[in-house]
Amino acid sequence: MSEARAWLRRLVRRQYFWGIVAILILLGLNLIKDPTYLAIRTNPATGNLAGNLLDIVRASAPILMISVGMALVIATGGIDLSVGSLMAVAGAVSMEFLNPIANATSVGAMFAAVGLALLLAGVLGAVNGVLVTVVGLQPFISTLVMMLAGRGVAKVITSGQNTTAVNEPFRWIANGYLARLPVVFLIAIAVVGLVALVVRRSALGMLIEAIGINRQASRMAGVKPRGIIISVYVMSGVLAGIAGIFAVSSVMTVDVSRTGYQLELDAILAVVIGGTSLAGGKFSLAGTVVGSLLIATLDKTVVFLGVSAAATPAFKAAVIIVLCLLQSDVRALLRRYLTTVARRGPSGGEPASAERAKPEVPANREEVVV
Amino acid sequence: MSTISTATRPAWLDRLGHAWRTKRAALPTLAAVVIFIGMVIYGEVVYGRILQYNTISNLFVNNAHLIIIAVGMTFVILMGGIDLSVGAVIAFASVAGVMLVNAGWNPWLVMVLMVALGGGFGLLSGALVQYARVQPFIATLATMFLARGLASMLSTVPERLPEDSPVRLVHYTIKLIDGPRVNDLIVTPGVIIAALVVVGAVFTLHRTRFGRTIYAIGGSEQSASLMGLRVPRTKVLAYVISGSLAGLAAVVYTSRLGAAQNITGIGWELDAIAATVIGGTLLTGGAGYVLGSVVGALVLGLMTVLITRDGSIPPEATTIITGGILLIFVLLQRAVVGRKRE
Repeated sequence: MSEARAWLRRLVRRQYFWGIVAILILLGLNLIKDPTYLAIRTNPATGNLAGNLLDIVRASAPILMISVGMALVIATGGIDLSVGSLMAVAGAVSMEFLNPIANATSVGAMFAAVGLALLLAGVLGAVNGVLVTVVGLQPFISTLVMMLAGRGVAKVITSGQNTTAVNEPFRWIANGYLARLPVVFLIAIAVVGLVALVVRRSALGMLIEAIGINRQASRMAGVKPRGIIISVYVMSGVLAGIAGIFAVSSVMTVDVSRTGYQLELDAILAVVIGGTSLAGGKFSLAGTVVGSLLIATLDKTVVFLGVSAAATPAFKAAVIIVLCLLQSDVRALLRRYLTTVARRGPSGGEPASAERAKPEVPANREEVVV
Repeated sequence: MSTISTATRPAWLDRLGHAWRTKRAALPTLAAVVIFIGMVIYGEVVYGRILQYNTISNLFVNNAHLIIIAVGMTFVILMGGIDLSVGAVIAFASVAGVMLVNAGWNPWLVMVLMVALGGGFGLLSGALVQYARVQPFIATLATMFLARGLASMLSTVPERLPEDSPVRLVHYTIKLIDGPRVNDLIVTPGVIIAALVVVGAVFTLHRTRFGRTIYAIGGSEQSASLMGLRVPRTKVLAYVISGSLAGLAAVVYTSRLGAAQNITGIGWELDAIAATVIGGTLLTGGAGYVLGSVVGALVLGLMTVLITRDGSIPPEATTIITGGILLIFVLLQRAVVGRKRE
């Protein structure tokens, strides 16, 4: 019993707790509109699972990829504005590569297309990293340049056309099922798991955070920031490439001016909702996953509730403002305010009662929330 | 230098040396001016018809709104902040404005209201940054999403201004010099408004306590605070200025176009940031000139003109060139300001 309470208390303290609450509220809203919203049924024709929840996790896959990369970049004290454009580059490369291939069932072609796309996205990510470390430009400007140039590169690759292609294995990535679950979500989870394993089971994550806290101090402590920062931007680029493949694979068309457009903002949002500060020095992969799921849930909810999709940003704004207020000092301000109220108290406020009131107020507040 | 003895060194070289040491912060701005002049000369030599009345007039007329938002962005960036919301605020202010005019409101009142709406969004950003301690990037991202979403809720189709609406007067063409055929030197009230904004901004930033506080906050917010400067008020006010100028830019742009749509101004915040950076303002704040941002906006405008004139550059490659030019400028700044220690 007390263990469960301690676990709950730890959960509430997590920055992404409010993100989970927001997801539950959104799902609740959908449930009010349609009581069967959460139902997961088996598609009788194919035997695969289907339902709104699966749609949400499927939609969250590209955002999940770029926001995991973004979380690592932000942890180094940087930012990567180019991920949306790199998605378009990866999509353009794979579509342009597959377009002339007549064999629509070639698995080799699929792997070649994926490999090429990820390679180019990784190279462009490395350019970001070099601009930031070797040249010494600010991450905001370096990746802004890459965001503009990347979109141009994608357009040049397809000569400005929206290239389409036919390749069943490639289409399977976003539309297929494995063990009755969408492949795209399984890949996304596997990639996140891999990244988590690499950064949290080795020293890499700690080194990244050390660089974000104080680059000079980390260098003096023997960390080599240059290589690590470049590899983080490469990782962000490759993850953006995977997201781009997800995005084009579902429709087998790359829309060079719209694929991944402004998705970098969604990714930054997901990271911030997950409790990673833009100041760097800290990151939470679990929080980032929660943030990505929240963005996907919000997108789906707005459409489901019959609001014009163009108005989605207003709801995102509302979520950001509320979550930022909850996560920021307003909570501390409120707590301080409650403490002073308790200190003044009905009995007149002798110091002894103030000492007792202090720890009690936050504890009470949490129980109310739970 | 060491080979020249002090006695024989001409006085102007001394002055230059002094200026080099003391005014290094102005160098990126100077470089922007030089590159702008270089672009004009290159365009005139290679394509021709650049240095003539109508091209120059159009450069100002077509970029008046960009100059206005670049000025607003300079206030915020000088302070070490950023304002991503300007493009979306323009969309909201212009859609709301045109709809109100069409609903029979007094057009003059509506124009004032559009500026006020922009200021309102700026106030929201400023309050989020200052009082809720949200990072400027996230706070203005929120206002950006809010403004864009609200604009889309109002309307998703182009809203047209009536042909005889006084709002269109802001784009009324005044012929200063009547050249042969279409080669006239013209200004519009929109250009005059932009010029007044620039003059006002230069005065505010360099001659008032508020302006100096902005530079001080950009240098170090903590020091500014410890010096007793009014940091909170200044920070909020800078975002209000940026928002109001976005509202003003909405008036100028809507008047020129005669219509407004919810997708107006997508990516303009990046243009404004690029103009500010090209003009030599450091993104970390504390150093830069508002006149530099004007030059930056003109560089971006002239680049579009040159790319159109060239014709051989594929349209899909234009954003690569924009990115490339931005990169060249920041590399130049980097070379001038010197590498920060790692």
